[in-house]
Amino acid sequence: MHELPVINSILSVVLKHAEANQVQKVVTIYLQVGAMSDLEDTWMQQYFDHLSKGGVAEGAKLVIERMPVVMRCNSCGHSFEINIKDGTKPVCPSCSGEKHSLVSGREYIIKNMEVL
Amino acid sequence: MCETCGCPEAKNPTFGHAHHHPGTATITVGEDVLSKNNLYAEKNRALISSRGIFSINIISSPGSGKTTLLEALGHHFGQDMTVIEGDVQTTRDAERIIRSGSRAYQIQTNGACHLDAHAVGHAMDDLDLTGCRLLVIENVGNLVCPAGYDLGEHEKMAILSLPEGDDKVLKYPALFSRIQGLIINKIDLRDYLDFDMEKAINECRSLNRQFDVFKLSAKTHEGVSKLTDYLEQRMDSLKAS
Repeated sequence: MHELPVINSILSVVLKHAEANQVQKVVTIYLQVGAMSDLEDTWMQQYFDHLSKGGVAEGAKLVIERMPVVMRCNSCGHSFEINIKDGTKPVCPSCSGEKHSLVSGREYIIKNMEVL
Repeated sequence: MCETCGCPEAKNPTFGHAHHHPGTATITVGEDVLSKNNLYAEKNRALISSRGIFSINIISSPGSGKTTLLEALGHHFGQDMTVIEGDVQTTRDAERIIRSGSRAYQIQTNGACHLDAHAVGHAMDDLDLTGCRLLVIENVGNLVCPAGYDLGEHEKMAILSLPEGDDKVLKYPALFSRIQGLIINKIDLRDYLDFDMEKAINECRSLNRQFDVFKLSAKTHEGVSKLTDYLEQRMDSLKAS
């Protein structure tokens, strides 16, 4: 169920750009989704298929690229990727600092779309 | 054939590849779909900050004691506190808060599993916030979806209650990585349950280095004063700035 509002937002952005560019059909939508997202590719596509029925985006395929979780060290400013699933404390590889700020990993970016 | 879209042109069928179908054009979009929610959230935050109101967004599972805790806070803060209640159905929670002495506004999400900044903004428009110093947004009971939506609050707090088990933190990292307060509720049951509080806190520290911990029982009010002291302090520092 939690895919629904995100997919609705994706669809409204896609339709806005399709209308502005006088598109007849949207073929493929390229998305960048942060690794902290809980949404599954299969369900995202199924919700998209349901919501896009009857419009120019009906039948469009979602191509989802998972983006890594990137932190920036509060002490030295070094940026590094972390694996949130291994459950270990993230430590800065440059200065061993333990306080960081999230740079990316929660995004749902519509990169571009292929249209007719 | 391309496994992604089924077109015959692709010679190297790897998932996520970019290729061009004959006769198609590519439109660059570059928009984050949560950006609209984030705009509403910033508007909400600016409004309440300008009025000197401190705001928290409380997220937890159903039955963890959110409303019981808010009743305890209602007895302490009275009309200084306003609660925006998010529930899928019914106005029961708002009625309970009002009986405890505070003001409450119910948002019925009609099926949606979280609140968003747009709905909270409309609730703020409808509310009389005169004299309000603390705005508490009680999110829909759910550890997954509410974590992704900034509502314009100053701090997010999660409630984890002893009957839920001490293994929930790492199961829901999206929430526990972004909270400023961890409330461990129902500590009056600690002698009957195997919940290891230090384990839960340490696991939360592995995701998040900056949060305060409040061990309390909303039912017996044990430990609630530490939370009310903290909120008073945050309300005063916001007012001073």
